[in-house]
Amino acid sequence: MSDDLRDLYQEVVLDHGKHPRNFGELPGATHTAEGFNPLCGDQLKLYLQLDGERIKDARFTGSGCAISRASASMMTGAVKDKTRTDALALFDRVHALVTLGPKSGTDLESVGKLAVLSGVWEFPARVKCASLAWHTLKSALLETQEKVTTE
Amino acid sequence: MDVAAVRRDFPILEEKVRGRPLVYLDSAATAQKPLAVVEAMTHYYLHDNANVHRGVHQLSERATAAFEAARGKIRRFVNARSDAEIVFVRGTTEAINLVAQTFVRQRLGTGDEVLITAMEHHSNIVPWQMLCGQKSAKLKVVPIDDSGDLALDRLDAMMNARTRMLALTHVSNALGTVNPIADVVKWAHAKGVPVLVDGAQAVPHQAVDVQALGCDFYAFSAHKLYGPTGVGALYAKAEHLEAMPPYQGGGDMIASVTFDKTIYNKPPYKFEAGTPDIAGAIGFGAAVDYLGRLGMDAVAAHEAELLAYGTQALKEVPGLKLIGTAKRKSAVLSFVLENVHPHDIGTVLDREGIAVRTGHHCAQPVMERFGIAATARASLGVYNTRAELDQLVRGLAKVREVFS
Repeated sequence: MSDDLRDLYQEVVLDHGKHPRNFGELPGATHTAEGFNPLCGDQLKLYLQLDGERIKDARFTGSGCAISRASASMMTGAVKDKTRTDALALFDRVHALVTLGPKSGTDLESVGKLAVLSGVWEFPARVKCASLAWHTLKSALLETQEKVTTE
Repeated sequence: MDVAAVRRDFPILEEKVRGRPLVYLDSAATAQKPLAVVEAMTHYYLHDNANVHRGVHQLSERATAAFEAARGKIRRFVNARSDAEIVFVRGTTEAINLVAQTFVRQRLGTGDEVLITAMEHHSNIVPWQMLCGQKSAKLKVVPIDDSGDLALDRLDAMMNARTRMLALTHVSNALGTVNPIADVVKWAHAKGVPVLVDGAQAVPHQAVDVQALGCDFYAFSAHKLYGPTGVGALYAKAEHLEAMPPYQGGGDMIASVTFDKTIYNKPPYKFEAGTPDIAGAIGFGAAVDYLGRLGMDAVAAHEAELLAYGTQALKEVPGLKLIGTAKRKSAVLSFVLENVHPHDIGTVLDREGIAVRTGHHCAQPVMERFGIAATARASLGVYNTRAELDQLVRGLAKVREVFS
């Protein structure tokens, strides 16, 4: 595998892509949102269970590529037990990371395991795959009620 | 056909992608352009540029002559009866919208029906949906079977006294299916139903004779045909063009204008409001000339041979499933790979210098029919070789290695 390809498809990404965590519906969800990537037809439904301001649980369903599944899988893990504000702040950091890469100045430690998504910025056509779940998260948290698209 | 010589006509094929020689397998999205096309357009801009149908000056005469000569070349390419049956448009999409909003709009009433098929590109779905919405009419869809063949036995029963138009593709962009247009037109006309054919994916690959097909309208784009983007042609039977109201108003489409009344120009100019894409039309003409020199029968034979070779080669890739296995197919190999999303296939192949299209190919209902979100699609043109298909197969081995 070439180096930049390895940056994109890091072991952790491949693993989450193949075996997504938190995959499935969440019957007790208080917030849901749907995301759609018109470019490729990928769809994602995100379920959040909030207790006050805190995200107690997060799950997702849908179909997508390795990058979008891995991103959703890791995101649902990362936002659990975070407050709405903290989750939205994480959205901003991850979004900057996948769109701008190192130029974003994002402190990789501040995003934890999600740092593995940092290789995506070198693949402009794939940025939307990584960001779909996050846009959907923002929509669910802000209760915009609009179907999210990456276009 | 001497493929090595053909490849020399396309300078872009010398490009390196990611440090590797380009393997371009995305001609169904847009074909590469031979030098002859680029030079014809450059020549126009460098030597003949002026507006058409207006000035009495030398450049305007030259521009007009080149523009109208291109129309003549395109007329001969599809064997229309007269140049007046060739309307320049922006592309297949605009051609279909034009017919929907003029010819069909005029004859479509509440409860009437427009018939399309389940293998259409969005450009042959959405204009009809919009029109049916505007007119409270029904859009009906002829199904396809598991191999991607049109359910011809259903087609006849779905046409009735309320059917105002049958719009179908000649060749499916997502599946490669070639529809038996001449037969379909015969059945439709027997029921008094006019037929529009989306020929975008057919004209680059086989000889098309609109008179032999018998269709009322035939729409196609220059850029899939080794010509420039932004220009296309609508063939329409002269009697239809005479009877149709204009599509857009403006300059060039008029005979005379006063504030009380405008008298429209005659076809095809009635449908060509505004300054046209003159350079594009000239490039379009050059592309048609280029294909004429290769010979469409030679092109078809070359691609049929490649398609057979590629089909066999892909069948041997473990976990690969071809989507679209119709009895008659054009040069399209759409496929899915077990446990690997098409986008991931596309990214890994790109790193090998191989350009394929991944996604729904602007044919989401086709994807839904096959219960998938997307496919990877290798589509072939005059410049492709067996060696490139071998590279595709090696690239897919790499894909499997990454995602094993």
